[in-house]
Amino acid sequence: MSELRPPAPPRRHLLSVRDLSRDDVERILDTARAMAGSLDREVKKLPTLRGRTVVNLFYEASTRTLASFELAAKRLSADTMSLRAAGSSVDKGESLKDTALTLAAYDPDVIVVRHPAIGAPQLVARHTEAHVINAGDGKHQHPTQALLDLHTMAERLGRLEGLHVAIVGDILHSRVARSLVQALGLVGGRTTLVGPPTLLPRGIEALGCDVSTDIDVIADADVIYVLRMQRERMAPGSSFVPSLREYAALYGITPERVRPGQVVMHPGPMNRGIEIDPRVADSGAALVTHQVRSGLVVRMAVLYDLLTVPSPVPVEVAVRMEAA
Amino acid sequence: MLVSRNGRGDSLTLEGRVLAPTQGIDEFLKLSIEEGLITRIEPTGSSRAVIAPAFLDPHVHLRTPGREDEETIRSGTEAAAAGGYCAILTMPNTDPVVDTAAVLRALVERAREEAVVPTGFMAAISKGQRGEELTEMAELAAAGASAFTDDGLPVVSAGLMRRALQYSGLTGLPLALHCEEPELSRDGHAHEGVVSAELGLGPYPSAAESVMVERDVALAGLEEHHIHLMHLSARESVDVLRRALESGAEVSAEVTPHHLCRTDEAVRSLDPNVKMNPPLRSEDDRLALLEALRHGAIGAVATDHAPHARQEKDVPFEEAPFGVIGLETAFSALYTHLVLPGALPLETLLERISSPSISMPSGG
Repeated sequence: MSELRPPAPPRRHLLSVRDLSRDDVERILDTARAMAGSLDREVKKLPTLRGRTVVNLFYEASTRTLASFELAAKRLSADTMSLRAAGSSVDKGESLKDTALTLAAYDPDVIVVRHPAIGAPQLVARHTEAHVINAGDGKHQHPTQALLDLHTMAERLGRLEGLHVAIVGDILHSRVARSLVQALGLVGGRTTLVGPPTLLPRGIEALGCDVSTDIDVIADADVIYVLRMQRERMAPGSSFVPSLREYAALYGITPERVRPGQVVMHPGPMNRGIEIDPRVADSGAALVTHQVRSGLVVRMAVLYDLLTVPSPVPVEVAVRMEAA
Repeated sequence: MLVSRNGRGDSLTLEGRVLAPTQGIDEFLKLSIEEGLITRIEPTGSSRAVIAPAFLDPHVHLRTPGREDEETIRSGTEAAAAGGYCAILTMPNTDPVVDTAAVLRALVERAREEAVVPTGFMAAISKGQRGEELTEMAELAAAGASAFTDDGLPVVSAGLMRRALQYSGLTGLPLALHCEEPELSRDGHAHEGVVSAELGLGPYPSAAESVMVERDVALAGLEEHHIHLMHLSARESVDVLRRALESGAEVSAEVTPHHLCRTDEAVRSLDPNVKMNPPLRSEDDRLALLEALRHGAIGAVATDHAPHARQEKDVPFEEAPFGVIGLETAFSALYTHLVLPGALPLETLLERISSPSISMPSGG
């Protein structure tokens, strides 16, 4: 009698910040705040996603993203399974589609995908029934990074509305920059992208941000968001910058370039001495470890949010029920 | 030289608006056809049906020899027939490359067995399409080559391009050029613009095409040789083409249905089927191409029909090969997206889609 069953609601994915509305972002950040409260308790595990399965499928090196997705799923009592491309059937030439179909046979509720190629999470979403979370696809998107950055800013600065963030460095190769510009746009913040002309993609201002090659414009920002020089994505001889030494001199974030009251963020891993001076990285202005902590609660919130569609239960209620 | 199996001798009667813009015919007629020949023409009443000359496609990849899993002469020419084409020209970027008379003759033989519409074969400009040495053009011409091209790849060396223009003069055949400066398109997956910036896709700027069009037009002018510019995609290239035509150069050009109907906005889907070389460009480029087609600077519609094995396209966008098919849908797409909304008169479309703008000698 399957024809009498109401049509299933569309599966929700988190492939791009473009998939989100302002309401979505605010709801996820609220949930993350509630999740943070649960972490202060002696027993940190919530039974919320008991019986659910979260698969992490990582084709690219990752420390903090993989670790935090794994821990986030475990804190919510989901079963987790993490696959890295190295040492799996991928080494035997299995395509992403076949790997996705294989994993789908275990009926996972969520597949978290990191892949060097743009469009990989979309492919997994096309071929499986799971909710797919993009944990970074090439230079395209890394939406949970943007959400955890918003969470960090909101916690530390008390607001997002009207916040001015200067993102400095290798914008061209940065999925973090693309995601963060869009996310800040959703919550009423604004962004200035700063970097050498060769690392500022043509047309990027269409995302609704300002663009500058002048490092001095960061003085006007509330947040200096420093990007890593992604040397692994630059073909040899492509000459994006003449030398890292010159780059560091022109765009490196030194203590002299940080004004009192500004905070400094970095998605990691940092190249100390290149894009960020170690004195800045180790100063009280740097929020790097806050970002990592935010990563855990925001990823818990995202997993929770995707799996409680179409009408998410207010998280306070859920946490209270589970505490009882 | 065009090759096909012997056709069937169909006998049928057709009634409708006979529209053959190149012959200046636009009348309601009833045609009796026997054994493949029109035997009777009579006036008839108005009708919604249109009878038009069959189409010519100067740019098709049949993947034969070497990748018959993707397309064979039979399957490709059946697709052509289904799309209304009565003749196609195929590209030599096969495995092996069509760069010797032996490979070409074997293909011609195969086409005699398999081709359901007349098929002509272009031969490579350079051996192995490596851009280093010229092919034996005279022998290839004698074996029936329709033109020379390294399509799929540009002729990177300006020196070799000049030699090719000079030497191919012996054959009287044109050079069909895929214009791409590889240093500018390197790692490019989408048109450089708002969409590639937002998606993070490696940019393939318009200039990668137009600087090569500019170079090749200059060299062709120097050698006074006919060049045919393939699958133009950028407004800047159209500008160069116009200037060349105004100066009296012997240049022809083609445009694909996808560059006329779609823009890089389609790439937001990250569907590998909208990935091709040259890439879909901006609305401004699309309008420039359409304008050039309307007014004849671009004389031909070419599909650049480029089939890929299913598993090769069913991968992340960035890993997918360039190329999309088009033979079966070219006319319908252009009719739906351009003729119906009034952007292109049907007469102009029929003229351009059946235009022998590049050499299509009859025979075989």
